[in-house]
Amino acid sequence: MSHPPRPPTDQELYGRSGRPVTDKDAQEINRVEELSYDLKIREVMSKNPVTASPETSLAEVLELMRIRQVSGVPVLENEQLVGILSIEDVVRAMNRNDLTESVRQYMTRDVVSVASYESIVKAMQKFAESGVGRLPVVDEHNQLVGIITKGDITRGILIALQKDYKAEELRRYRASHLFEDIISDRTTLVLRYAIKQQDFTRGGNASSHIKRALLRLGADPQTARRCGIAAYEAEMNLIIHTTSGGILKLEVEPYRITISATDDGPGIADVEQVLQPGYSTATEKVREMGFGAGMGLINIQRCVDKMELESSLEKGTKLIMRIHVPEETLTGRAKGQPNEPSSDHRTTQSETTD
Amino acid sequence: MNLTEIIKLVDGSNLTSELNLDIEIEGGCGADLMSDVLLSSQPNAVLLTGLTNPQVVRTALMAEFRAIIFVRGKRPQAETLQLAIQENMPLISSPLGMFELCGRLRSAGLPSFESHVPSS
Repeated sequence: MSHPPRPPTDQELYGRSGRPVTDKDAQEINRVEELSYDLKIREVMSKNPVTASPETSLAEVLELMRIRQVSGVPVLENEQLVGILSIEDVVRAMNRNDLTESVRQYMTRDVVSVASYESIVKAMQKFAESGVGRLPVVDEHNQLVGIITKGDITRGILIALQKDYKAEELRRYRASHLFEDIISDRTTLVLRYAIKQQDFTRGGNASSHIKRALLRLGADPQTARRCGIAAYEAEMNLIIHTTSGGILKLEVEPYRITISATDDGPGIADVEQVLQPGYSTATEKVREMGFGAGMGLINIQRCVDKMELESSLEKGTKLIMRIHVPEETLTGRAKGQPNEPSSDHRTTQSETTD
Repeated sequence: MNLTEIIKLVDGSNLTSELNLDIEIEGGCGADLMSDVLLSSQPNAVLLTGLTNPQVVRTALMAEFRAIIFVRGKRPQAETLQLAIQENMPLISSPLGMFELCGRLRSAGLPSFESHVPSS
């Protein structure tokens, strides 16, 4: 027995919201909206719904509703969906003292249903349009496979969000074991960020990513904070002082974190001078933003274990910052300890402070 | 001290109604120079500042502040507000000046989270 292929869904035909998603749209789509497109109706619906036949008496259905604690039942005749009977319909019959009547007399015939392969957003649209409280769900062959309520949708989204949270935990666990799982004589993870000159609006973005990456890799919060602050000052220096931007680079090794900021100009004439607290060449605009008081490099020096500054008017500037970390921090376990993503594991990390 | 209590103490208005104010603030730090904030603050404090650009939010995130109070009734730029909501950093505006603000919070029992800088 062969069935005609099911029609394509709106999403398959036109993508989300029936038109190409622009970058601006994409920014405004939050995770819950995303899930309402990603989750399919079959994933959140209640399966094996209670059904009735058109010949069943209303009294019987009322008893069924009471026992199964549902407030609406799809009506099937020869396995085809022919109607739906809701508690409101039963109340209508009760008012007329009509409970001995059959379901056929009181059921709603124009049933609004949804297809199991559609996204839950389709069900949300139909709830909004029709004002009904539940929708029968049919498959490709128009066979009833379930029933969906707004409560099912809310529950489905909450479960999916919970899975997201667990996925972040897992990502963190995996990343923190990177150096253990990949064997080489010397493993280095390098992350590069291009920083644009005068891009004050995005200033600090790269440093945020650096800090987050270090936390995911298993760095303890204090180390991540020190690295984040050093990277942020260096990033602001690239934005404030360079002629054509520069590169902020994070290199992570099991024993050591290196952050460097390199640019190709204009270079520093007197390196000794810029290391004096309070020395600054920053403009009034930069000072108004709370920077440029000649404390950036001093701050960096206090946050890192070692700082090197090389600069020339010909080549530009290279600032290298190193932070030593205890071996067990980034290899994901203390020596001699089994590695489990347990709370003990995190306690071990937080003990490895500077 | 809870952030909602702090808002009452400083006659503040909450600028980020989207965010949860039921958070514990452990200390305070006041500065208009972001490098000072980065250098001498401890995590989980509230930042009192007269600056309103997006860098304030970035700085607060990097130094792990829990909320920002703008002094002298200052209002943040649109970008600042957007970044704060995105990064879950509550913004409060208080009509009081920096000195008065610090004084009120200190006498209500909020400790200073400004660390002393080692003399060089």
